[in-house]
Amino acid sequence: MDTTATFWMPPSASTTAGDVDSLFYFLLWVSVFFFALIVGLSILFITKWRRRKGDTGRLDTGPTKNTLLEVAWIVIPTIIVVIIFVWGFRGYMNLSVIPANAMEVKVTGQQWFWSFQYPEGASTVNELVVPVDTPVKLTLSSQDVIHAFYVPSFRIKRDVLPNRYQFAWFEATHTGEYDLFCAEYCGSKHSQMTGTVRVLSGADYKAWLEGAALAGEGMAPAEYGGRLYESKACVTCHSLDGTPGNGPSFLGVFGHEVTLEDGSTVIADENYIRESILNPKAKLVAGYQAVMPTYQGLLSDGEIDALVAFIKSVGGEGE
Amino acid sequence: MSEQTRSAAAELPRSAVAVPERTDENGLPRPNFLRDGGGTLWSWLTTLDHKRIGILYMIMVMLFFFVGGLFALLVRLELFAPGEQFFGPDTYNRLFTLHGAVMIFLFIIPSIPAILGNFVLPLQIGAKDVAFPRLNLASWYIYMIGAIFALYSLVTNAADTGWTFYTPYSSSGSDTAVISITLGAFILGFSSIFTGLNFIVTVHKMRAPGMTWFKLPLMVWALYATAIIQVLATPVLGITLLLLVLERAFGVGIFDPAMGGDPVLFQHFFWFYSHPAVYIMILPGMGIISELITTFSHRNIFGYKFIAFSSLAIALVSFLVWGHHMFTSGQSEFAVMLFSFLTFMVAIPSAIKVFNWTTTLYKGSISFSVPMLYALSFLFMFTIGGLTGLFLGALSVDVHVHDTYFVVAHFHYVMVGGTVMAFIGGLHYWWPKMFGRMYNRTSAVAAWALVFVGFNMTFFAQFILGTQGMPRRYWTYPEQFQSLHGFSSSGSLVMGLGFLIMGVTLLAGALRGRVVGSNPWGSLTLEWTHATSPPEPHNYPNTPVVENGPYDFDKLVPRVDAPGEPGPEPEPAPAK
Repeated sequence: MDTTATFWMPPSASTTAGDVDSLFYFLLWVSVFFFALIVGLSILFITKWRRRKGDTGRLDTGPTKNTLLEVAWIVIPTIIVVIIFVWGFRGYMNLSVIPANAMEVKVTGQQWFWSFQYPEGASTVNELVVPVDTPVKLTLSSQDVIHAFYVPSFRIKRDVLPNRYQFAWFEATHTGEYDLFCAEYCGSKHSQMTGTVRVLSGADYKAWLEGAALAGEGMAPAEYGGRLYESKACVTCHSLDGTPGNGPSFLGVFGHEVTLEDGSTVIADENYIRESILNPKAKLVAGYQAVMPTYQGLLSDGEIDALVAFIKSVGGEGE
Repeated sequence: MSEQTRSAAAELPRSAVAVPERTDENGLPRPNFLRDGGGTLWSWLTTLDHKRIGILYMIMVMLFFFVGGLFALLVRLELFAPGEQFFGPDTYNRLFTLHGAVMIFLFIIPSIPAILGNFVLPLQIGAKDVAFPRLNLASWYIYMIGAIFALYSLVTNAADTGWTFYTPYSSSGSDTAVISITLGAFILGFSSIFTGLNFIVTVHKMRAPGMTWFKLPLMVWALYATAIIQVLATPVLGITLLLLVLERAFGVGIFDPAMGGDPVLFQHFFWFYSHPAVYIMILPGMGIISELITTFSHRNIFGYKFIAFSSLAIALVSFLVWGHHMFTSGQSEFAVMLFSFLTFMVAIPSAIKVFNWTTTLYKGSISFSVPMLYALSFLFMFTIGGLTGLFLGALSVDVHVHDTYFVVAHFHYVMVGGTVMAFIGGLHYWWPKMFGRMYNRTSAVAAWALVFVGFNMTFFAQFILGTQGMPRRYWTYPEQFQSLHGFSSSGSLVMGLGFLIMGVTLLAGALRGRVVGSNPWGSLTLEWTHATSPPEPHNYPNTPVVENGPYDFDKLVPRVDAPGEPGPEPEPAPAK
């Protein structure tokens, strides 16, 4: 197993990926063999017995049945597919049976970002940070529609449902950063519901956990808010240049009057922004759908303070 | 046919060629169904003639093929590079939804059964029409009503749910015109059911004397197996879509967990129809391939009964594999195991067909007429489509490639490389029968070559995209996928050009092509040996009596009948 991508496959970076790849290459060679057999024979036959002048009335064409041949090409493919079936099912069970000592991460999918809660209390958005060589159990659920958690380099994918928990697990074998995709179509920004899995060494992971607790330390609130704007995925729907997205742009919002859905107006002050983060449907801006999920529980008070400071600063630049 | 010509035909060496009673100024036989039987638009719109209904279907279905193809090209143009090229994500999501919905419900499901099946099935069994001609016309009108509902969604607030309408996004997440497109699909289902019902009764009750089950052309077997699925599976889709409409319009909680429903239940219902529907799409194509390979190999089919029964086997097992669309959705391991196993079992009958077709080429007398080129490219591409299905049936590999471009490539190889190639091949095959005229061979071959090259460029690249992890239904994508996406998009333009040339060639052929006789290919099935081109309104003046099998080239010498020039020019013998 190595972590370089091949012609067919992305880097292989989990303990279960190797077996999936072996079956894949077995299937590939079986396919190449049968494809070459069928296409090769066809080309041979149509070349050898192409119609020539005076050939139209020939009655001495080939046989029309051969039971032995029919049985052979029923039985041999059946044996091959049974092998593939058993191999695939065993691999599937490896993906389904979660090691008892696995570290647990709660994964939440919502339109259109991922959030992760770690056993130590930290939380991240669109970035899953895990230690290498440690089994990780993912408990997946959705806040709205169906999503699917997909990390190609780990060869794992699991649908994320709104009405029940789903489970997946992996054990990363190499440190590095790997793509995370939403693989079940979930609406407007489905293709932007992507993230990263960052696999760290055990020591780096510990350091990261400690750092996560102290995030924003020594940073100006607006600067920290700018970082959160990216990492908590506000950027997916709220632009900074005035372009409307799924939500209104942050440019020049702060301190200005906002028209709401019911026609009334409010001033976008600190409390309005705080409320809109925690209870987005309370005062919906006119012209936008109520699609924003609540950030209740995903942001600490300090993080909300920083975001308010950041939005304030964007408003200032827009003047 | 008069008494005299009939006895003259009987003197031919057991391979009668239908001789028209008289011909018109162009040399086309009269009466024929195109000119006799009413020349007004009204006479066409109220026709009960299965051949005319087939042509009515053809006009609409080809129109939607064009529309669906345009959507596909727009999708590919947007995907040429990451980020916004021409459209934003919301427009893109509508485009791929409409591409899928139009191609599935308005094009590919009705394509072969409703156009070629309608035209050919009664002719091939020696009948004057289908069993229920009025029901046949009604199904065309129902198709039109369904199409209007779908179009209404398109022009008002086009749906963005994907053609699969997965809940709860379709029931509460999307704010687009989901209800009208869903009702459209619901109504179209009835059109499909009626056609299927008609065909089942027609095959059972209307066969000409001597046309025993094992003398049926394999096209008829395939259409019969298809009709069984249409009648048994389509109602489930109807009910499912109706439940979806109930939930969306009246808030009845069935699929949306917010109202106490279960979203995965929708997937079970949906695929319970839509997987058998895959076989509604491919089985008739397989029937056409059996016709083309025998005619242009000039040889009896290898393993007739195996091909016939494999159609029925596919029809039955296809009902038991729907769960393979949901290997990652959280079914029990036991269900997953069963569905995987049955999926592999349904692969076997398809493999049987491919092996039998290949063997039919052995010691044939193969001519490379345009329909045969399509049949050979079917063998090439359907084999790829079928083999890549094994990857998706293999559970652990499916977890990786599910909902990626691998799946997109796989089903396009089956649906376009398989069904559409067979359909287009069938159109080129029966075109002279429909219109009595032949299209230009050179431009037809050019169109075929462009489609073949363009298709493989477009979709082979997508297999690699998929195994590399590119999810489907993505408006934008990471940089590392750009070169393959660009290659795929370039191929789609080549393919689009090919289809355009094909359409023009066929149209020009129907209007101005050279007149051919009743049997330009030298086929042995009834529509070629006993009917004129175009056939007369009631197909056969006297009901044919069937003595031989449909492909008895080892017993009979069919007469190639194409006045002026011979149809398929035999290849000159190579200089030794």
